Amino acid sequence: MNAEERKKYWKENLRYVAILLSIWFVVSYGFGILLVDVLNEIRVGGFKLGFWFAQQGSIYVFVILIFVYVRLMNKLDKKYNVHE
Amino acid sequence: MGIQTWTFIIVGITFALYIGIAIWSRASSTKEFYVAGGGVSPLANGLATAADWMSAASFLGMAGIIAFAGYDGSVYLMGWTGGYVLLALLLAPYLRKFGKFTVPDFIGDRYYSNVARTVAVIAALFVSFTYVAGQMRGVGVVFSRFLDVPINTGVYIGMTIVLLYAFLGGMKGITYTQVAQYCVLIFAFMVPAIFISIMATGNPIPQLGFGSAGEDGIYLLDKLDGLMTDLGFTAYTDGSKSMTDVFFITAALMLGTAGLPHVIIRFFTVPKVRDARKSAGYALLFIAILYTTAPAVAVFARTNLMETVEDKPYQELPDWFSNWENTGLIAWSDKNGDGKVQYLPGSAVADKKPVFGEDKGQFGERLVTNPSTTPNELYVDRDIMVLANPEIAGLPNWVIALVAAGGLAAALSTAAGLLLVISTSISHDLIKKQLAPNISDKRELWIARGSSLIAVCVAGYFGINPPGFVASVVALAFGLAASSFFPAIVMGIFSKRMNKEGAIAGMVAGLGITIYYIARFKLGWIGTPENSGPDNWWFGISPEGFGTIGMIINFIVSIAISQFTPAPPEEVQEIVENIRIPSGAGDAVEH
Repeated sequence: MNAEERKKYWKENLRYVAILLSIWFVVSYGFGILLVDVLNEIRVGGFKLGFWFAQQGSIYVFVILIFVYVRLMNKLDKKYNVHE
Repeated sequence: MGIQTWTFIIVGITFALYIGIAIWSRASSTKEFYVAGGGVSPLANGLATAADWMSAASFLGMAGIIAFAGYDGSVYLMGWTGGYVLLALLLAPYLRKFGKFTVPDFIGDRYYSNVARTVAVIAALFVSFTYVAGQMRGVGVVFSRFLDVPINTGVYIGMTIVLLYAFLGGMKGITYTQVAQYCVLIFAFMVPAIFISIMATGNPIPQLGFGSAGEDGIYLLDKLDGLMTDLGFTAYTDGSKSMTDVFFITAALMLGTAGLPHVIIRFFTVPKVRDARKSAGYALLFIAILYTTAPAVAVFARTNLMETVEDKPYQELPDWFSNWENTGLIAWSDKNGDGKVQYLPGSAVADKKPVFGEDKGQFGERLVTNPSTTPNELYVDRDIMVLANPEIAGLPNWVIALVAAGGLAAALSTAAGLLLVISTSISHDLIKKQLAPNISDKRELWIARGSSLIAVCVAGYFGINPPGFVASVVALAFGLAASSFFPAIVMGIFSKRMNKEGAIAGMVAGLGITIYYIARFKLGWIGTPENSGPDNWWFGISPEGFGTIGMIINFIVSIAISQFTPAPPEEVQEIVENIRIPSGAGDAVEH
């Protein structure tokens, strides 16, 4: 793998990380904390939505985010032939 | 069969299992002792990480904390799960590729400096010791409550068990016992939760149950909010902490999670870089099962408690009330003399815990000698929520015994993980890497075993004589990890320009300011009680959340200093290039 390719691989990785961490921030700090009062006006079943994100939703999204990252990186590793 | 008999049987079986695994998985080299030979499957590592992560506090305490904090309890739910996203995306794969044994290994090599290594060792020891003291105490408390032995005897039994598999198997023994311990603890947590969810709402899935309606057709959360606001509490779903504080505490717990050495080293045990990513996903999945159930248990328990006791005559309360009153975890003082329980906002007792006199009151209650001046008559210890839940819900005795085994599994698994960090810090980071680099692998293995013996004794000592600051352990351990390790490791991976001067200055500054803040506002070592209250907090941030500021300061100081000092040498920049590419991790472990 030459220096050019390394750079490209690293850049794509950073792009994935940036996108996924933005979602991570929005569901927890955004929906669960900063916007909690606004979202609490919306109800889903017995839950106020803001409260649900703070105690349930954010955790589900965290799990999904990691597995999405695993998939994206496995593909990326194959594309650049750096998988094991 | 009685609770006691069931507890002996179930705890006995689980302990026999742990010891069996310990004997089967003896370590024969330092690589096996430190990182389980690097051959743990991502699934097994995920299970072990989850057990390592979930302590007695998660298992016994968290649902209770949330039950009394309502929305504010979200800081723990998000804070202790969100950190795994940071681990999976920013740390675990690269540290696995780096392929050494410990966190100070990485800091020392990446920052080409034994000063940096030593700062990291001190931080790792400090974080792990504060954390492990609470675990040993937890083992003792669970024993004393369920098997009716003194707390200290419980601590000794716990020490013996942990020592056995840590001494024989190191990381290898710990990993496979933790897999078993996860199964025990999650089963023990879920069984009562499912029973209670069915009883409260008819829905067997607790995560959905607490958003459902009870038999009266009213949503459970609405009912609880109503019960609480009627009595003058803040609504359960609203919380009373400021938004700034909730934000900073959540962040400090997440960043701290990602910087805790006993969590990070778990990712050294898998064979490949992609396994490290995957096992972080499994770990969070297994943690999430408990962490999404806990808030449901909290709501069931709080509703149940309020409906059962509020404004009810003391003499008509169910048996469990007086049972737990006898253990001192519930206390009632009839302040207005009407013979009924008034459960209102404010603390019912003048100090942190109730002090009981010898006499009984006119209704047969244990008299409290330190009642407060608030109209609230009821003291309830937070730990009771998980412990008493099966009893309150009238579940069979074997379920109650199962909870005891689960609590022990949670405490033992976390203690073992921490002890390994402590013994590795001594045998590997201090002795092998600094004092006696020429010792053979076999010698080092025996030194590692010896250090685990010392570590268990010190942890046991703290468990029997808990230092005054144990209550602040959470703030301390997470704040320190967030303000020292997290920035140093992240910059070590993502910035090739970061040099030793910057990293060391950053760690010292971040650690220093966080320790100062906690000593000032949490421990009361500096300043007077008058000027240490919440009104004096900087930017309204509590000591629990200050690790976030410590981390920001660490980043700023590191980057500023590194601009004015020479770039790291060529070979270090190559290490950074190398850890960013996954292939070839298998070989890296060997050197």
